[in-house]
Amino acid sequence: MSKTLIKNGYYGDFGGSFVPDEVQKVLDRIAEEFAKVKDDLTFNEELNYYLKEYAGRETPLYFAKNLTEKLGGAKIYLKREDLNHTGSHKLNNVLGQILLAKRMGAKRIIAETGAGQHGVATATAAAMFGMECTIYMGAKDTKRQALNVFRMELLGAQVVAVDKGNGLLKEAVDEAFLDLVNNYENTFYLLGSAVGPTPYPEIVEHFQSVISRESRAQHLEREGKLPTAIIAAVGGGSNAAGAFSHYINDENVRLIGVEPAGAATLTKGSPGILHGFKSYVLQDEEGNLLDTNSIAAGLDYQGVGPLHAYLHETGRGEYVAVTNEEVLEAFQTLSKTEGIIPALESSHAVAYALKLAPTLSPEDSIIVNISGRGDKDVQQVFELLKK
Amino acid sequence: MSQLTEAIVEATRLGHKAFIPYIMAGDGGLDTLKPTILKLQQLGVTAIEVGIPFTDPVADGPTIEEAAVRALAKGTTLRKVLETLASFADEITVPLVAMTYLNPILAYGIDAFAKDAYEAGIRGVIIPDMPLEESTIVHPSLKAYGVDLVQLVSLTSTPERIEKLTKASEGFIYAVTVNGITGARSTFEGDLESHFKKIQSYTDTPVLAGFGISTPEQVKQFGTFTSGVIVGSKIVDSLAKDDWDTIESLVKASKVQIL
Amino acid sequence: MTKVKGKFGRFGGQFVPETLMTALLELEEAYEQYKHDESFQQELHYYLKNYVGRETPLYFAERLTEHCGGAKIYLKREDLNHTGAHKINNALGQALLAKRMGKTKIVAETGAGQHGVATATACALLNMECIVFMGAEDVKRQALNVFRMELLGTKVVAVDKGSRTLKDAVNEALRYWATNVETTHYILGSAMGPHPFPTIVRDFQRVIGDETKKQIIGKENRLPDAVVACIGGGSNSIGMFYPFVENQEVALYGVEAAGKGFETGKHAAAINGGKTGVLHGAYMYLLQDDDGFVQEAHSISAGLDYPGVGPEHCYLYETGRAQYVMATDEEALAAVKLLCQTEGILPALESAHAVYYATELAKTMNQDQIIVVCLSGRGDKDVHTIFDALGGDLS
Repeated sequence: MSKTLIKNGYYGDFGGSFVPDEVQKVLDRIAEEFAKVKDDLTFNEELNYYLKEYAGRETPLYFAKNLTEKLGGAKIYLKREDLNHTGSHKLNNVLGQILLAKRMGAKRIIAETGAGQHGVATATAAAMFGMECTIYMGAKDTKRQALNVFRMELLGAQVVAVDKGNGLLKEAVDEAFLDLVNNYENTFYLLGSAVGPTPYPEIVEHFQSVISRESRAQHLEREGKLPTAIIAAVGGGSNAAGAFSHYINDENVRLIGVEPAGAATLTKGSPGILHGFKSYVLQDEEGNLLDTNSIAAGLDYQGVGPLHAYLHETGRGEYVAVTNEEVLEAFQTLSKTEGIIPALESSHAVAYALKLAPTLSPEDSIIVNISGRGDKDVQQVFELLKK
Repeated sequence: MSQLTEAIVEATRLGHKAFIPYIMAGDGGLDTLKPTILKLQQLGVTAIEVGIPFTDPVADGPTIEEAAVRALAKGTTLRKVLETLASFADEITVPLVAMTYLNPILAYGIDAFAKDAYEAGIRGVIIPDMPLEESTIVHPSLKAYGVDLVQLVSLTSTPERIEKLTKASEGFIYAVTVNGITGARSTFEGDLESHFKKIQSYTDTPVLAGFGISTPEQVKQFGTFTSGVIVGSKIVDSLAKDDWDTIESLVKASKVQIL
Repeated sequence: MTKVKGKFGRFGGQFVPETLMTALLELEEAYEQYKHDESFQQELHYYLKNYVGRETPLYFAERLTEHCGGAKIYLKREDLNHTGAHKINNALGQALLAKRMGKTKIVAETGAGQHGVATATACALLNMECIVFMGAEDVKRQALNVFRMELLGTKVVAVDKGSRTLKDAVNEALRYWATNVETTHYILGSAMGPHPFPTIVRDFQRVIGDETKKQIIGKENRLPDAVVACIGGGSNSIGMFYPFVENQEVALYGVEAAGKGFETGKHAAAINGGKTGVLHGAYMYLLQDDDGFVQEAHSISAGLDYPGVGPEHCYLYETGRAQYVMATDEEALAAVKLLCQTEGILPALESAHAVYYATELAKTMNQDQIIVVCLSGRGDKDVHTIFDALGGDLS
């Protein structure tokens, strides 16, 4: 467990909270309540009930026999987060935070969303718990993702198009924090990735750690030993945080985070402060953010969660990058060999597994985190491959 | 011997082969049914297979299916076909064989169908989506009115089934020449000759070959080891184009050529 | 229940061209063998658990129950299966069976593409060649599902005949099977078609009902008062009903698609609005005119848009064991909204028909009673249709 990793809101040098005082007060309240509930039996019973009955956990650890045979090296296991309700790991965190919000007496949930995935997951859980829900989304994004806006509205959420600045994710985050500060007494801000000011990275890691809690037990049961490596895609880093969490102290288990070559924060960035926390940032020498270019909307981010910055700096985690072409290839390979269409985000992890597995022996085994299903990406891939 | 069998035997007695053209009733409108049948009779065909259009003809290939679509578009139904045939039944000199999917018969009423079919000059019925095992629902009625129920034998039928089917078949045995559906083929696979001889070995009822036969050469080829042939898609196609020369050449191929 | 082989009362049978008879007899024999073969059942169970993600939850829909103010409503979450619906249970079972039979190719039909995607998925997994027939209209409307199947390595053939929809795709798949019968198995997607398909599909889908029975006893220590499922061909419903048939105290409700309204004639309610007849190999209730010509079905949900209904349902109807009711397009859409807003679950339009009826039924029952609804699939595939139907207006 990584519990010991975080001290005073920092993973080593990374994390912290760089926000105005009024935001800090609200964050402190959340941190305090989180500390109370995370090991609370009743809280965890309730969370586990919804994870099992509503999200459909546990998710299988599937031995990808065809892919293993094709690559002729290490055994490949897929952790099937794509089978969760709403189609990705996102719901694990959403359910956890919304129960936390209920504990804090919140009646209203707010969240930011870029392409719409986190917004849909949040609107889903808010509907199920009968809570009011407002989703902030950049005005440009609402136009590009009209169908996801419709889905959130169908789920009863109010979608606010933020028409400030560039009208993108960043402005949506700013607007959400503003709302939180004004309405903190009845409102909870449900953050979707392992980023942001403390305590969010820790909260998200904690609620996503169910992935590795399950996979560790499942692998031990199948193979009688721990896996050689865990591979997960890294954007903000929530699925990777969850996939790594319970293995961090198992020093023989390699933890491999895969970034898009076009948004390789850890492999190409440097330490800096972004969106209220210290981590690696894709920036030039002046501290200006660099443009990113990933085909996976969920990984297209200049920052990265502080846990990953820390694992990178200490050498405990390995962070590599794959190109868009490699990702598209992996997307197709997994579809054809196993009948599983992975999300483009998850396809990053698959792409690296395709490279790594043949270099290992059949005694080795790799767990690839299939963080989400690719249904949402089929249109995009269709257009890319037609060209 | 039934009227249908007799017509086939009669053809072979002369040294010819039986030739049964298939037409889609109502393709081009039901008005064309009478002139088409009378003209085919004149050409010396042995019998005529009259197809009843159906919305879901699973045993048929594209040519016949398209003809069915055209016929349906003109409002053709089983009832109207029988009425039309009955209106000139006294001019029909060859036995007619109705080829229809089962559902229109069920909707018509089985007993009423058997009766009206007989009165319309129909002496045999082929129901492509009704295998022998299911035939008890229509067979008693057909038998009561003297209408033969023709069984199909396919290349995939096992020897046991072939024996059962040939023994049960009335009028003639419809031996399918290809795997699959109706429609012109340029080649046929496997040792068809021994297959057909085997079928004939179980019965005295004549064996006719059908599905895919489309040229005078093929008519002759299959004639060498069967009692005759059924030609469907090519006839349907030729009728749609009003190409009677092709039809004539096919019929001629079934006759012994006297030099 | 059946005395005559392949018959459910007077329904079912094997109304196919002779060319297919040998294949059906072979299939029947193989199925009888593997049904009782432990290694086959173990293999199937392995994939259902580790690949498909079974068992699926039986979820107590607390807020939906409160909203209706009557019976407790449980949802059987088939939407959480890999590929998003119950279809994979059958596709995988049949593909495994075909493999054991030594077949190398699979042919299937598909309407909107769900069964096609499930079959393509199973074929990718088991490394079998796969060809899927799909009506040309559907290919246009569901271009992305076509691409999904292609991604999975399947060849998709557009059927440009007849009404260019599901029924024509079935015709063409049957023709292809007849032509390639020695190497090929036909994976029929619903509990219909010639014997032994209705039985095979039911047996591969009964996992839904078997799990439900076990789960409801675990949660409530008794059987439900009613079980509700939607009916197109009838595979999710027969899978759900079958284990409960022997329990007379459990009412079974099949919900047919009433389309634009039963009285308009634009519906897909084969039992409520059809007559008995033969199509695609089985004697069943069928939407047809007085001349026995098959009529087009109408439903907002592509998966229910079929003019017939599986023979076992016809039998359950005629014996009175199950009741067959209806929900319109509009009612299904209302149920989509309701389930989204009370439970955060976006149901497939097919499943929404069952949800609608269940909510109406719940209101007439008391709070000690229990209804189980088969949530056969997720609605992601339908978001466009729902958006268009609601005009983007959610007020």
